[in-house]
Amino acid sequence: MSTNKPAFMQWLDQRLPVTNAYEKHMSKYYAPKNLNWWYVFGLLATLVFVNQILSGIWLTMSYVPSADEAFHSVEYIMRDVDSGWIIRYMHSTGASFFFIVVYLHMFRGIMYGSYQKPRELIWVFGMFIYLALMAEGFMGYVLPWGQMSYWGAQVIISLFGAIPVIGDGLTEWIRGDFLISGITLNRFFALHVIAIPLVLALLVVLHILALHEVGSNNPDGVDIKKHKDDKGAPLDGIPFHPYYTVGKLPMIILFLFVFCGVLFFFPEGGGYFLEHANFEPANPLKTPEHIAPTWYYGAFYSILRAVPDKLMGVIAMAAAIAILFVLPWLDRSPVRSWRYKGWMSKTAIILFAIAFIVLSYLGGQPVTDLNTWLARICSVIYFGFFILMPWYTRIEKTKPVPERVPE
Amino acid sequence: MTQDGVNKGRRRFLYIAAGAMGAAGAVGVATPFVRSWYPSEKAKAVGAPVDVDISTLESGEMRIAEWRGKPIFIVRRTETMIENLRKDELTSRLADPESEVASQQPEYAQNTLRSRAEDLLVLEGVCTHLGCSPQFRPEVEPQPFDANWMGGFFCPCHGSRFDLAGRVYKGVPAPTNLVVPPHVVQGSVLTVGEESA
Repeated sequence: MSTNKPAFMQWLDQRLPVTNAYEKHMSKYYAPKNLNWWYVFGLLATLVFVNQILSGIWLTMSYVPSADEAFHSVEYIMRDVDSGWIIRYMHSTGASFFFIVVYLHMFRGIMYGSYQKPRELIWVFGMFIYLALMAEGFMGYVLPWGQMSYWGAQVIISLFGAIPVIGDGLTEWIRGDFLISGITLNRFFALHVIAIPLVLALLVVLHILALHEVGSNNPDGVDIKKHKDDKGAPLDGIPFHPYYTVGKLPMIILFLFVFCGVLFFFPEGGGYFLEHANFEPANPLKTPEHIAPTWYYGAFYSILRAVPDKLMGVIAMAAAIAILFVLPWLDRSPVRSWRYKGWMSKTAIILFAIAFIVLSYLGGQPVTDLNTWLARICSVIYFGFFILMPWYTRIEKTKPVPERVPE
Repeated sequence: MTQDGVNKGRRRFLYIAAGAMGAAGAVGVATPFVRSWYPSEKAKAVGAPVDVDISTLESGEMRIAEWRGKPIFIVRRTETMIENLRKDELTSRLADPESEVASQQPEYAQNTLRSRAEDLLVLEGVCTHLGCSPQFRPEVEPQPFDANWMGGFFCPCHGSRFDLAGRVYKGVPAPTNLVVPPHVVQGSVLTVGEESA
């Protein structure tokens, strides 16, 4: 390689490890040959991230972050800015798709035990990305300064007020005012546009560096590094580029079809992607009849509402997110993938997924006795999945994992 | 302690000393950044008291004023409303009927009716659960959320209920009574945000 390298590449490589990095992360990064379509969502999340950055930069060119102007500037983008509507819909559709692909990406990790030793850090970095993404989505939702922006912010920031002693001072500090105001809007704009995207980008780099250090897991949970050829390449691995870059193209194209379908035909996502109450300017004196968070927070909001006590509700909601961080240390199974785990793990994972979907749905529904009880049952399943995991993963009978990736 | 010309004890001391100085510096630098998030002088100025003319406020009527950007509910209660507030069938369903949680009202409103004058109710229209603004439902009639509704405020967000003195019902998400802001009445002018004239 080095002998027939063009002179320019030689000059560059002596000053910057370009070829080295390309080989480490692309052409000589060996990924297991049995990765299935569940392994496309990480790449898709990166794609959506780029879409958000690009469309976001363009939106800031016409958006005005002030309580008086914000709502009108969004309408201005939609009506008067040339192609403004498509850029805004790229951003709002991208937000929901970001969460769709991230949720599928996380579920893949849960199914195949991708968080297990030695990949705990990848999972933890991923959880920080998810946390940053939730903050990013929340602050972004405040910016159009509609009714739902305003009252959503009011409810979410009030959650901090449940903390004993410091709660009231903390909410005032976050808002920078005695209520949600233009001051709050301006600081959320700064955080949404600069601070959190920078943090997200850094976390994505750490997530990928940690992944490339230990290598990708696979649907069978086989450790491909155990069997290598004489050049040190895993026998069951294939180079990431070109096999997975090109190989994933059809999935990327399919994704773009769905994305554009929503973007052009259902940009409001039936009131789930853009809520109808948000087409009315923020009014601090009147709460909308029915307030609900955007769908991607629905599960945690349901858990909050399921607890009939303010402080305990907030604690339960925070715990629901926090417990995901320690997942790698809750799973005591000797095998990674659910393909080799016992019936208890499989049942638990399926019940967990159903509970999460039901909770997400209930988060957007009004409070009724039936909904409250459903939310309580699903909350118990949600926490049960994690709390009982050390027990059921240890006592169940697992199938032996093959040495090599099965043909 | 000395090995190969290296004094490890001294080196460790220097590490800790330098680290502590660095940490102190970091706290110092962080201070203005943290402080700049507090309400600015402008935001505090907007929090100045507001005057409301209540000479035209009819019996049984509610008017909404704005103070510090919060909705302020001003209700002139009727004789019947006041009587209902004293009934056992209502007070037995309340979490704090005698306003014992001191943080929710000034001293002069720490009574059954939670007001200075019997008829005039002044409340911050901000639910003590998560900050939504409750709806005024003065009618004494069965409601979808309460079959024995005695009149009061209902929060649409999470279903918290309050009576016509802003006292919270038992078994709802809101933990405390609605806040009575500092206020004073002089003639027909109600001043919200000030205790005395």
